[in-house]
Amino acid sequence: MNKSVVFGALTVAGLAAGAAAAGTLDDVKARGKLNCGVSTGLVGFAAPDASGEWKGFDVAVCRAVAAAVLDDPSAVEFVPTTGKTRFTALASGEIDMLARNTTWTFSRDVDLKFEFVGVNYYDGQGFMIPKELGVSSAKELDGATVCIQTGTTTELNLADFFRANNISYEPVPIETNAEAQQQYLAGACDVYTTDASGLAATRATFENPGDHIVLPEIVSKEPLGPLVRHGDNEWGDIVRWTLNALISAEELGVTSTNVAGLGEKANPETPEINRLLGTEGNLGEMLGLDADWAKRAIAVEGNYGEIFEKNIGESTPIGLARGLNGQWKNGGLLYSPPFR
Amino acid sequence: MATLTDPPQESFQLSMLLNDTRYRSYTFQFIALIVLIAIMAYLMSNLFANLRAAGLNISYGFLTDPAGYDINQRLIEYDSQSTHLRAALVGILNTLLVASMACVTATILGVIAGVLRLSKNWLVSKLMAFYVEAFRNVPVFIWILMIGTFVTLSGDAPKAFLGENPSREMFLGGFAFTNRGLYMPAVTAGAGAGIVVLVFLASIVAAFWWRSHVKKTLFKTGKLLPAWVFWPILIVPAILAQLVLGSPLGLIAPDTMANRFNIQGGLLLGKPLIALWLALSVYTGAFIAENVRAGIQAVNRGQTEAAASLGLRPGRIMNLVVLPQALRVIIPPLISQYLNITKNSSLAIAVGYADITATLGGITLNQTGRAIECVLLLMLFYLTISLLISAVMNVYNKSVSLKER
Amino acid sequence: MSDTHAQSVAFVRETQIPPSDPPSSQTGAVKWMHENLFSSWFYGLLTLLSLYVIYVVLAGFLPWLFNGVWQASSIRECREVLDGATGGCFAVLTERWNQLLFGIAYPQDSYWRPLLAFVLLFIAAAPVLFAMLPRQMLLFTAIYPFLAFWLIWGGTILWPLLALAGFIVGYVVFGRLVKQSFAYGFFGAIVAAMITWWIGGFIVPAIAPEQTLLSAVPSRDMGGFMLNMILGTVCVSLSLPIGIVLALGRQSSMPIIKWICVVYIEFIRGVPLITLLFVASVVLAYFFPPGSNLDLVLRVIIMITMFSSAYIAEVIRGGLAALPRGQYEAADSLGLDYPQAMRLIVLPQALKISIPGIVNVAVGLFKDTTLVSVISMFDLVGAIRGPILAATEWNGVYWELWLFAALLFFIVCYGISQYSQWLERQLATDHR
Repeated sequence: MNKSVVFGALTVAGLAAGAAAAGTLDDVKARGKLNCGVSTGLVGFAAPDASGEWKGFDVAVCRAVAAAVLDDPSAVEFVPTTGKTRFTALASGEIDMLARNTTWTFSRDVDLKFEFVGVNYYDGQGFMIPKELGVSSAKELDGATVCIQTGTTTELNLADFFRANNISYEPVPIETNAEAQQQYLAGACDVYTTDASGLAATRATFENPGDHIVLPEIVSKEPLGPLVRHGDNEWGDIVRWTLNALISAEELGVTSTNVAGLGEKANPETPEINRLLGTEGNLGEMLGLDADWAKRAIAVEGNYGEIFEKNIGESTPIGLARGLNGQWKNGGLLYSPPFR
Repeated sequence: MATLTDPPQESFQLSMLLNDTRYRSYTFQFIALIVLIAIMAYLMSNLFANLRAAGLNISYGFLTDPAGYDINQRLIEYDSQSTHLRAALVGILNTLLVASMACVTATILGVIAGVLRLSKNWLVSKLMAFYVEAFRNVPVFIWILMIGTFVTLSGDAPKAFLGENPSREMFLGGFAFTNRGLYMPAVTAGAGAGIVVLVFLASIVAAFWWRSHVKKTLFKTGKLLPAWVFWPILIVPAILAQLVLGSPLGLIAPDTMANRFNIQGGLLLGKPLIALWLALSVYTGAFIAENVRAGIQAVNRGQTEAAASLGLRPGRIMNLVVLPQALRVIIPPLISQYLNITKNSSLAIAVGYADITATLGGITLNQTGRAIECVLLLMLFYLTISLLISAVMNVYNKSVSLKER
Repeated sequence: MSDTHAQSVAFVRETQIPPSDPPSSQTGAVKWMHENLFSSWFYGLLTLLSLYVIYVVLAGFLPWLFNGVWQASSIRECREVLDGATGGCFAVLTERWNQLLFGIAYPQDSYWRPLLAFVLLFIAAAPVLFAMLPRQMLLFTAIYPFLAFWLIWGGTILWPLLALAGFIVGYVVFGRLVKQSFAYGFFGAIVAAMITWWIGGFIVPAIAPEQTLLSAVPSRDMGGFMLNMILGTVCVSLSLPIGIVLALGRQSSMPIIKWICVVYIEFIRGVPLITLLFVASVVLAYFFPPGSNLDLVLRVIIMITMFSSAYIAEVIRGGLAALPRGQYEAADSLGLDYPQAMRLIVLPQALKISIPGIVNVAVGLFKDTTLVSVISMFDLVGAIRGPILAATEWNGVYWELWLFAALLFFIVCYGISQYSQWLERQLATDHR
């Protein structure tokens, strides 16, 4: 009886398949929607709110790309992925890009055949521990029980760190951040380790955040960034330069409030802003988009700095400082190649 | 005069392939085989085309690379420098461990609940009915998650037992139930421990010989030898050997002073194991209870009445008359419940237990990205286990099938 | 004499004494308690123990339930309202009920559509479940899948209509050709239906209107308990015909067909559903033609259907085996060919015997649909573990959510199993 459901869907899927042979950009345009892989729920980075609307730092990147390509920041299908399913989802074409705080590593880039288009958050793995244990350095953690969120590079870094310092620990693998938090607060593990941003976000939700400290050691480099499939350079360029546009916009002082005004006509004093916003040159055309692509991307949630402040910045419950994620001029690592 | 000849030889016609029952089955089988091969070939060609397009290949070389991650519960030597293969092996042993533990407790729980559900005590039978229905009608995944949460939130943190002035004392000086698991004294073996173990093994043999001897004499001569001697034979020699050799077998209690994080030493039954074990036991126990109830009800009422008229007490009726006959009905579904336990143990990662699905199908898969290979190996393992269990079931079914005269 | 008699007998009772009440220990509540609760010291002990257990559970549970907070915007607010007292934070249910029931992405103004489909499901299922209802209702049952698809997924009604048309064409062709031979009818019907769909596949997109009555909802937006219900009903109803075919194949005398079915059934039954879901999520995509892209829900439906059809095949095989040999022989001696014998004699009886088993498989499968949360789908369990517990406002609310989920499943599964027991009593036509 219900065969029809599948057959009907199969027919639809079959038709969709016919159009799918071309490049990702044409796919996205034909579909009218961007399929963007995000995490299943990490507050500040990607999580649906009470009305089902996805919010967060990674989500903002997806929306910026959708605005640049499709002229509609809401034309995004957010596909929740786990650590296990994210790479297959991208490799099989189920999603067009993955923005799921994924660490850029050699083997993911080379062996798994993905292309990291940049870094949207420089992170590092840290440890959180109750203050009352009186630990001030991760090297004092000999014999501790450590909660780890599985499916990330965290497990490997942790094993390396403890082995290098010749101290022992008991790992407790946990699937979701919420469950790790439950274990940690109940005292089932002494330490919770994940990316420092995640630790800050988790600590912010505690009843008494002051009772817990994040240890000073950052045991790994975790450059998190959006990635696309290997081989489709045209699409990779679009995602890469959308991200760069957000970063450059902050550097150049283009914000969500003034982008419309700045983009109206070319100002001879600011050639780079002109090129970025398409009032001068033909950068958009080179990407296969129109001239206003960056203007639209920036107009969604503003430049990199605005997105940061709105989702994970110091005014939010997560309260992250810019730190490494500041502009290069301010001592951070954000350094967009020039728009030229 | 007409001579009797063979009927005229029919010439073979193509239509006979469909219309003649002798050939039709070959036609169908041939078509089925062709279709199967075509589907397989289609899927395989897609697979290879996709892999080529993505620049990937199928290779099991990653199994010999260092795994790079640690596992909290390991029955064999393992550290982060061991290979992925060894990590998978640790996972396999953990799966088998939790599955066999859960099989035992689920059976005990199920038999008790099944028998009590049929008891004349109204309150108890209603309570058991509630237990059975509540657990049968809610997904096992939800039970695992709930029981995992329960164990985490109900136990004390080990902190309570640590230090100079612990807020909680260890039970009997050696047991501590915490939300990291159950700490117990461990057995230490000194010089001569082997002898004590040997003596104990020998006394097991002797005790069982005594039991069968008692039975034999009873049937042969009608004389009832003291059966309780079984227990002294079992225990006394080992205790004597232990005393004579100067206590080579000792217990070492977990140490609460060694470390500021954890109770050290002793034996730890980890929290993930306890949570999964408990969840699988009570969930499957509810199903086994239903099997037991059905088995008991399948035994003819006349059997109970006959036993009662022989003057047997209710407990004996159950043990000697009803249960042995009910077993024939109970055991086949029981074994498939064991199979279910093994398969359901694959949900271990929900409580952080490192079974094969969590190691090979989880962390290894994540780290290497070798999805096809890992999933294939995972299925192969479960398939082997369940084929083994079904083989055991078939042997049993043959051995208990009613011998009809 | 009569005098003496009158003298010696002072009083003769002429009416019978009304029967007096039994002693108080043999009546009413006391007797009931004596028989059912305290018939021996052991039972007495068990009763006291049970009472204690019940007391402990209720003493913890009831204050938590009745003292619960239903209106708050976050767990912190709950804690403030409770101010240290025991009580659940049920506000999470009042705020997130829609995500729990319909998933995070299903459009809020369209909730009536799955609800209507759900209600209609009962009407469609009724004639199948209850034999006393008029048979004409089966017509609605036949239309229901297409209607439900249209209601839940929305979009143009032409697609479900096309699917329906394919089945009707197939049925008509079957009716024409089956007089020659079942095989002609069967394969003819399949070919005819395929042609209809193929042609329709060109026509529908051409004439489909831009604006549709119901807005289309992509299947990855399905979630919550609705997703469990969809997966459960779709997969069970799809796996029934497949299961019948597999069971017949396994009983077949043709070795190749028999072995194909045996290997398939034993393979599927030997692996946990979760590995098959891993296949759906991380492997299956590699087996489809390059460039094609089935969405995850569809892949999961395929794998769960494969899974449940193996189990249903085994149940039906049990039904086939339980049928007395004489039924097969009787069919043969009437001169019926294989399809006729199966359709008219064997299957109706075998299926009747297998119904309780099929219902058991269906309940088990419905419960197992919660495993899709492991592969990042937001079904009821996935929505709890994913977005709801991850939300800053509700992190820390466990029992309220888990018990709600357990309650939903309990209601549905207990209802189905009660129906199954009722049916078993109805079908027990033998006299024991």
